[in-house]
Amino acid sequence: MSGADDAESSLAGSRAAKPPMGTATEIAAGIRTGQLSARAVIDAHLASIDAGESDVHAFNVVLADQARAHADEIDRQVAAGIDPGPLAGVPIALKDNLCTRGIPTTCSSRILEGWLPPYDATVVQRLAAAGAIAVGKTNLDEFAMGSSTENSAFGPTRNPHDLTRVPGGSSGGSAAAVAAGFAPISLGSDTGGSIRQPAALCGVVGLKPTYGLVSRYGLIAFASSLDQVGPFATTVADSALLLDVIAGHDPMDSTSIPEDLPSYSAVIDRGVAGLRIGLVTELMGEGIAPDVAARVRAAAEALEAAGAIVGEASVPAINFGLSAYYLIAPAEASSNLARYDGVRYGLRVDAPTTSEMMVATRTAGFGAEVKRRIMLGTYALSAGYYDAYYGKALKVRTLIIRDFAAAYETFDLLLSPTSPTTAFRFGDKTADPLSMYLNDTCTIPTNLAGDAAISVPFGLGDDVMPIGVQIMAPALGEVPMLRAAAVLEAAAPRTATTGKAM
Amino acid sequence: MGAMSERITRDDVAHIAYLAKLAVTDVELDEYTSQLAAVLAHAADVEALDVTGVAPTAHPYPLSNVLRPDVVGETLDRSEVLAQAPSVEDGRFRVPAILGDEQ
Repeated sequence: MSGADDAESSLAGSRAAKPPMGTATEIAAGIRTGQLSARAVIDAHLASIDAGESDVHAFNVVLADQARAHADEIDRQVAAGIDPGPLAGVPIALKDNLCTRGIPTTCSSRILEGWLPPYDATVVQRLAAAGAIAVGKTNLDEFAMGSSTENSAFGPTRNPHDLTRVPGGSSGGSAAAVAAGFAPISLGSDTGGSIRQPAALCGVVGLKPTYGLVSRYGLIAFASSLDQVGPFATTVADSALLLDVIAGHDPMDSTSIPEDLPSYSAVIDRGVAGLRIGLVTELMGEGIAPDVAARVRAAAEALEAAGAIVGEASVPAINFGLSAYYLIAPAEASSNLARYDGVRYGLRVDAPTTSEMMVATRTAGFGAEVKRRIMLGTYALSAGYYDAYYGKALKVRTLIIRDFAAAYETFDLLLSPTSPTTAFRFGDKTADPLSMYLNDTCTIPTNLAGDAAISVPFGLGDDVMPIGVQIMAPALGEVPMLRAAAVLEAAAPRTATTGKAM
Repeated sequence: MGAMSERITRDDVAHIAYLAKLAVTDVELDEYTSQLAAVLAHAADVEALDVTGVAPTAHPYPLSNVLRPDVVGETLDRSEVLAQAPSVEDGRFRVPAILGDEQ
């Protein structure tokens, strides 16, 4: 690998680091068997945060005192012979659009600054029940709208591999927290690529589960038919371990899939022999940087060498995914964000009448990108334009689902880049919203279809920044998807960015 | 009946800002108009697609009514919820006048 060997030296000023105490799998095993103290694990990660957070700005809030108290409780449980659970004492960072009772939850928006949710998201409850310890709430593009975290009201997160570059978004803080070694795992949310794209740009594993696999209860809504919570980790095994904890039916989410699920971590090492994997031709052409395309081809070769049957796949309608998405997601957002009106929670800017108060509150509380999307969505849904925009986009969505289904008759999994380029520099794309939206070209189709996908680090670009390869699967295809991800992880070039150096 | 070939106008943007309860300055109005026009122009590529007879998909998951047993369960704590409101009175959310001077 050119570029990989000297990665360490050319990453001067980098804050990228392996988790100080190992992977989540290792930490949980050590704590459950009494070989590691949860308090020591938390202290090591809080020290890592202390050392790097002023550079990276992954967090909106760090929960140091609460995390230490929780760790002490975990240690008491272990001492008393009680198993704290599969994520015993594992530090985890939570995207700041997941509700945490009594703990600030802002969506990186002024309109929710200071708000203390009166309940926990289902995933937050599940993590606590599994013994995980929340270390902080991570920065995001305001209301998860963006691909760089530059839309956060509280300032951008910086890419731990190069502090002059974006970490991707919208879950940039969650990706950066893992890449910087602040926590071995984190949770993000993915509406059009908001887990996978920052994972690719920060050199970590990011998984967007099948729509309905993970409860959305307590995930603050952006676009309800697309949003899904999912894990970030340094390894595929940790992603599967975290998915095991958060996946499953939740009566509090009417879109939650009521099916029994397999154990993902139990099956990831079964290889890809005989799996049919298609390289998506529509996502390998115009707009994809040559170094990114080269890594994706290398990934296809690695899968083939491991016994997969690799061919070229065509999903023609996904050429229209971006267009459909940027009508559907803003339309849903314009409706979901109508609730921020200064009445029940969050910011209120006083005015003589309720109507004027609502306008003043929303105008002061929302940032430019959120306003842009609310207006775009309002337009797409407005009288006279509904059929031409929103209605047409919904039919395109049907075509995308149909074309994916046809491809999945021939292939078990599909392969593509995660992001068209490596991490770009701050300010490069903020003036032109459309250029920012184009980052999501490869990730959006999966959200429209409600399918699953994962981004796995697979080497470095010409600029020595991480490149991610995307593996897509049909709905509930997480098992073969994780098997292929584990094969790619094992075949990935050994670089400083994949945590396998030394 | 709108069509994608019609370019969004400054007046359109002013109208949708009003519908969305957002105040926009003259400068912002110019900026949003050109930015929204660029996004909508990109979206116009779907016009080339023949979607005759194609059913719309609003949701990837076949939704049906989800019912729970009709028994009393836990609800959010009222005082905890109201403590987060900008203004409350007698256990309720309080808002400014809703009818302006006529009230």
